[in-house]
Amino acid sequence: MSRVPLDPRTAPTFQQAAKTLLGDAQLRKNVRHATDVIQAKRRKLVEEKQDWQQLRESARQIRAHSLQHLDVYLEEFERNFTRAGGVVHWARDAREAQSIVVGLVKQLGANEVIKIKSMTTEEIHLNNALEESGIRAYETDLAELIIQLGEDQPSHIVVPALHKNRAQIREIFRKAMDLPDLGDKPADLADAARRFLREKFLRVKTAVSGANFLIAETGGICIVESEGNGRMCLTLPETLISVVGIEKVIPRWSDLEALVQLLPRSATGERMNPYSSFWSGIHPGDGPQTMHVVLLDNGRTDVLADAEGRQTLQCIRCGACQNACPVYRQTGGHAYGSVYAGPIGAILTPQLMHMDHSQTLPYASSLCGACYEVCPVKINIPEVLIHLRNKVVEQNGWYAPESLAMKAVAFVFRSERRFRAAQRLGRIAESPLVKREKSTFPILDQEEATKSGWIGWLPGLLGGWTDTRDLQAMPKETFRDWWEKRGKA
Amino acid sequence: MSTAREVILNRIRVAKGTSPAEAVNQSYSSIQRDYQSVASFSREKILHLFEDRLRDYDANVYCVDSQQVASTVAAVLRDRNIQRVLVPEGLPAEWQVGAEFIVDRGFTPTELDQFTSVMTTATLGIAETGTIVLQTLPGQGRRAITLVPDYHLCILPASKVVETVVEGMHILEATKNLPTTFFSGPSATADIEMTRIKGVHGPRFVDVVIAL
Ligand code: SF4
Repeated sequence: MSRVPLDPRTAPTFQQAAKTLLGDAQLRKNVRHATDVIQAKRRKLVEEKQDWQQLRESARQIRAHSLQHLDVYLEEFERNFTRAGGVVHWARDAREAQSIVVGLVKQLGANEVIKIKSMTTEEIHLNNALEESGIRAYETDLAELIIQLGEDQPSHIVVPALHKNRAQIREIFRKAMDLPDLGDKPADLADAARRFLREKFLRVKTAVSGANFLIAETGGICIVESEGNGRMCLTLPETLISVVGIEKVIPRWSDLEALVQLLPRSATGERMNPYSSFWSGIHPGDGPQTMHVVLLDNGRTDVLADAEGRQTLQCIRCGACQNACPVYRQTGGHAYGSVYAGPIGAILTPQLMHMDHSQTLPYASSLCGACYEVCPVKINIPEVLIHLRNKVVEQNGWYAPESLAMKAVAFVFRSERRFRAAQRLGRIAESPLVKREKSTFPILDQEEATKSGWIGWLPGLLGGWTDTRDLQAMPKETFRDWWEKRGKA
Repeated sequence: MSTAREVILNRIRVAKGTSPAEAVNQSYSSIQRDYQSVASFSREKILHLFEDRLRDYDANVYCVDSQQVASTVAAVLRDRNIQRVLVPEGLPAEWQVGAEFIVDRGFTPTELDQFTSVMTTATLGIAETGTIVLQTLPGQGRRAITLVPDYHLCILPASKVVETVVEGMHILEATKNLPTTFFSGPSATADIEMTRIKGVHGPRFVDVVIAL
């Protein structure tokens, strides 16, 4: 059941991967359908909340405050969780986290674990590390199970298997669970998963999870989910090991009141997650009697050190930015070459990877701002993208094509006269390229495709831009020209 | 050699500096919280909303006088043809009518799996989101008993239903260290083509009796 995890160090560039994925019509249809459904539900339920903007602002402040005093709150969490009978471990990087978890499981004499969906354990490739040590990891979230049994990779942080349709899922289950007569109704598939996993929930004594929030004040952990597989893993086994990014800590219980309202509405368009679990360390007679939390850095302190990039760590992993992103909606998640896909992936992955190997991700965006608008904790993703593009340009040096282009633009923008001249010139230069009739460009919506006045192809170096998107032609007349004429009239 | 803990904490401090505890507290208390926190509906409307939300999730809801809880329980169990029900310690005896009620004695997961039904009370109901809050307390029991059986019958006094999430969280402040589970309708997934499917792992059927 081993599979190659998504790894930005070895993945093709976004542009290369996207080109291949754009040819997969089924995948694009599945992604489009899923993101459309979630977005529609989300929009309806956000409109229902009169105080949505106030909640967003509070959450932003809570998250920013937590990061500003991260050391204080992590130590407070550690103190309280330890007092309540848990054990806290610290891991500088993925490798250290892997070896802590593998070591703990081996110490228990266990050779299998049940797992709740956790992007953090995906990030550190924990399943592969477990398997290499002879430990079987069973994913228990339906989507993660589909991915594990199908030897696939997650493509969305909330709905990791949204790129698969029911026929594809049925094939995966039929083979892996040996169910030749399995039906293809969603209920049949869910039922097969229920039966397949029930035995594991009852038998396996060790569970591995991530966490949505750590609560410093209580030494508490919060996990939200919808299927009940999380509760099974958190409640039935004797030992629970949670791998959690250091940025997940919040100061107090009462801070949850804003966060648990924002997360489900943003993530899946639910008023509340079907299940939310909160607990502080060990409670005699209820749940696992041995608990470990592995606090993971793995590049997060580097993000923290960058004042402009820091807000990335406010993320509560709702996935709303992915659903809203026109680029993600076309390519799906695998193109990002990282477990974190979409706009959040485009800013998080390069930063976690020390800007190495991920230089293409900050360009995997049209900077349209849709991600910022939906983000429940108000992360200004476009701002961070531009900041990261700057860093890439700095790394590549002054003569890199993008750098030269940017400098030329800056030169033009600095003077009004030059700017106006460039606009006139641009309008003349572009005219042979502007489409006047229906576009046959495959990735556009029908509605968009019929719009004329779009540029589908730019010559030379600039072609990189139009390979994957159209550019709107410049208007016949600038606003300034119109304004001035109007003044004279 | 310094430990991972020291290294990480040190990296954090280098990354953004440190502040005295007083400044941390001051910064915390200046966090803006001007979202809705108190109820705006009448009691009657809150209960209606709660019922609606629960029904939205396909739960059956019975709003009855507190004297009628026992007879309602008996009728519901009869309709569902349930003979044996798991209950936590501390659940009022007068509600346990119409079936055989077996008190949880710390059954193993496999033993719990033999039960198809469980009956408990709850700490809170949140109308806005149709949420029921369970805690490890008498009458509610440990988390596993409301998880493994396929059917959950929950009896909740109407006085414990609040309108907003924020009100609910305020009340829970007093018992925030206890294991706490929010459930909002039966377990569900939308992982397959975004079709909502009830009950993958938790209870697939939930009935709620609200005692006025
Ligand atoms: S960046 Fe914002 S919208 Fe995107 S996943 Fe994180 S919290 Fe959600």
